[in-house]
Amino acid sequence: MSGLVYFSSASGNTARFVASLERAALRIPVSPKDQAPELCDPFVLICPTYADGEGRGAVPKQVIRFLNDPSRRALLRGVIAGGNRNFGETFALAGRVIAQKCNVPLLYSFELAGTTKDFARVNDGLDAFWGTPCLTA
Amino acid sequence: MKDTVTSPAVPRAINWNRLQDEKDLEVWNRLTVNFWLPEKVPLSNDVQSWATLTDAEKQLTIRVFTGLTLLDTIQNSVGAPAMMPDAQTPHEESVLTNIAFMEAVHARSYSSIFSTLCSTREVDEAFRWSDENPHLQAKARAVLETYAAGADPLKRKIASVFLESFLFYSGFYLPMYWSSRAKLTNTADLIRLIIRDEAVHGYYIGYKFQRALERESEERKAELKDYAFSLLFELYDIEARYTEELYDGIGLTEEVKAFLHYNANKALQNLGFEALFPPEAAEVNPAIMAALSPDSENHDFFSGSGSSYVIGKAVATEDEDWDF
Repeated sequence: MSGLVYFSSASGNTARFVASLERAALRIPVSPKDQAPELCDPFVLICPTYADGEGRGAVPKQVIRFLNDPSRRALLRGVIAGGNRNFGETFALAGRVIAQKCNVPLLYSFELAGTTKDFARVNDGLDAFWGTPCLTA
Repeated sequence: MKDTVTSPAVPRAINWNRLQDEKDLEVWNRLTVNFWLPEKVPLSNDVQSWATLTDAEKQLTIRVFTGLTLLDTIQNSVGAPAMMPDAQTPHEESVLTNIAFMEAVHARSYSSIFSTLCSTREVDEAFRWSDENPHLQAKARAVLETYAAGADPLKRKIASVFLESFLFYSGFYLPMYWSSRAKLTNTADLIRLIIRDEAVHGYYIGYKFQRALERESEERKAELKDYAFSLLFELYDIEARYTEELYDGIGLTEEVKAFLHYNANKALQNLGFEALFPPEAAEVNPAIMAALSPDSENHDFFSGSGSSYVIGKAVATEDEDWDF
């Protein structure tokens, strides 16, 4: 079974989005002192955006650190980005940055903790993307 | 009578190198980097466009902006200062001073728009209208009640998030609408800067609310959640009437209401609560969404719309952080 990895800061929007998907998922820790999850299967990353007005700092440091490991990066298949349209053109920018840097598709973007429509789209999309129906873990 | 002068408590000097909450520094940095002033925006380029609006459209626009000015004034002089004594860290207090000041910049910006585009008479008339409009005054009062001294600090944060993330949007709709029709585009640029700031404010105050809520009993959590939803219903009622009064004449009321539902849901999410309005009721005109976040199409690889690999527009990233 292929996996889902996510980062969420203490405000918890992305964590609530992932919880609403009701799929097994591993969390990249907020504190660098905590151990990053062990991976052996390909995964999709769900990541929030923290860009300033110029687009700097879009991808959280913890996610950059996580992706800087080549063995993990080799398993990354796609990215889903969180954000807020109120940030204008930097909306969900983290997803575009990761997609470009890691040469994987940006699969979807959502606002804050997502809507019921987003949950359905992403669940159906991930099932199709992995090519197997996903049994809720 | 004996003098019982208590000596004033001296605050401890703030040390930004010892943080109790990393979010304080993160938000401080975001807000200070995003700092702006209305002089940065070439509003005078909208003079010609302004002249193409009908008298009714001009009056609506000025009224909407005086309404927004009132909310910014409240948040600047009452809302953000009222939350300072509730701050859990000295850094949170500093962030709130930044929020308070930027609200003053926002309030000031509307007057820059007025002095660039409108006549003094039109503007004076609109300020009089805002002083007397029952719906505008009702929403101001509903929020101010929660800001009063002795009020519940967590209820104050709830009302503050609703002001930042919900109450502004009946007004913000109009400049986004004009922008989607290629009108008042510089004014829209300025409003987008305000929207960006308010998004950080709503996020941060909502985050502080969630941290404080974690420490409360189950009973109190339930009480606060009930309070949040009932306050939102009350504010929504007022907003619906305010919206009808403003937008019925231009035929946009239903569209604006969908935008209100969408933003009410986002305000609740900032507080860590679930959405209230179903997605069908919060479906915003795509032209308005595009005006909000130009150049950022909604990527949906799953349904085959949008581009899967993102090419084009170079994005600013710190390359030194990525060592591959």
